[in-house]
Amino acid sequence: MKKKDLFLGGGILFAACVLFLVMNLMQYVQAKENGQKENQEKQVVIKVDGEVYGRYALDEDQVIEVQEGDFYNRIRIEDGKAYMEEADCPDGYCEEQGKINNRTQTIVCLPHKLVVEIEEVENSDDSQNEKEHLPDTISK
Amino acid sequence: MNRNKKLANMAMLVALAMIFSYVESLIPINFGVPGGMKLGVANLVTVTGLYFLEIPEVLAVSVLRVLLTGFLFGNGMSIIYSLAGGAVVSLLAMVLVKKMDGISIVGVSITGGVFHNIGQILVAMAVVENLKLIYYLPVLLVAGTVTGFVIGIVAGKILPVVKKEAVRTV
Repeated sequence: MKKKDLFLGGGILFAACVLFLVMNLMQYVQAKENGQKENQEKQVVIKVDGEVYGRYALDEDQVIEVQEGDFYNRIRIEDGKAYMEEADCPDGYCEEQGKINNRTQTIVCLPHKLVVEIEEVENSDDSQNEKEHLPDTISK
Repeated sequence: MNRNKKLANMAMLVALAMIFSYVESLIPINFGVPGGMKLGVANLVTVTGLYFLEIPEVLAVSVLRVLLTGFLFGNGMSIIYSLAGGAVVSLLAMVLVKKMDGISIVGVSITGGVFHNIGQILVAMAVVENLKLIYYLPVLLVAGTVTGFVIGIVAGKILPVVKKEAVRTV
């Protein structure tokens, strides 16, 4: 091992730290900006194959079952956090990605090309949260 | 090395890399990253190979390894990820870094680990058509550096032995 190896490794670690800080700072500034606006609502957006499958309010406990072809994913929203409760994908990594509750976080199920993300949208009063796949939602 | 010896050596390397791929599929380290995370033991073969084989031969070994393990234990998607991440992006980066002065096998291995992860997240972003996956990059960079460092140390230890063997069989 030579000195330059350490510079290389250290440089990459440093770059990772800077990247992490910048991303979090951006998220923080954005969150603050959004916090000043009224009627902001966090929505859980489920996308399959890059297309929006459905939007669900994050502050409402619910279970969303996504059945696309022979794919099955069950996402649970609980206490303002969303997580992948069950999936029949071969690797099962999506179930281990934890709970998400902010814009920078995602749950990705690669084999099913399914992404769960959080978006902050303006609440359009009484129209509630548009549920494009109402039958799939079991509200408690 | 004559042609047949070389062929035998390369075939042996492919077999070894396949065993490593299988072994590491048994020990997944998970940081909640899409596609999971690997120790990169199979990269040991590629890194060492760079020091006693020609570049096209290393490429052949690593592409064959990806295809064969993909068909045996994985699926079509995992082949695409590994090809983009492991076989192409990281090999190219390693070849370039190896040409730099003052960089040893450890630095080359770190580069391989890091670029393997970069390649994989890029493919994942393309597959699910979602740019937000870029937020995984910092953790992937750190993981790639750490695993690359470990693999590089091991590669540095085994390289003299492998080289001696390879020369003796010529």
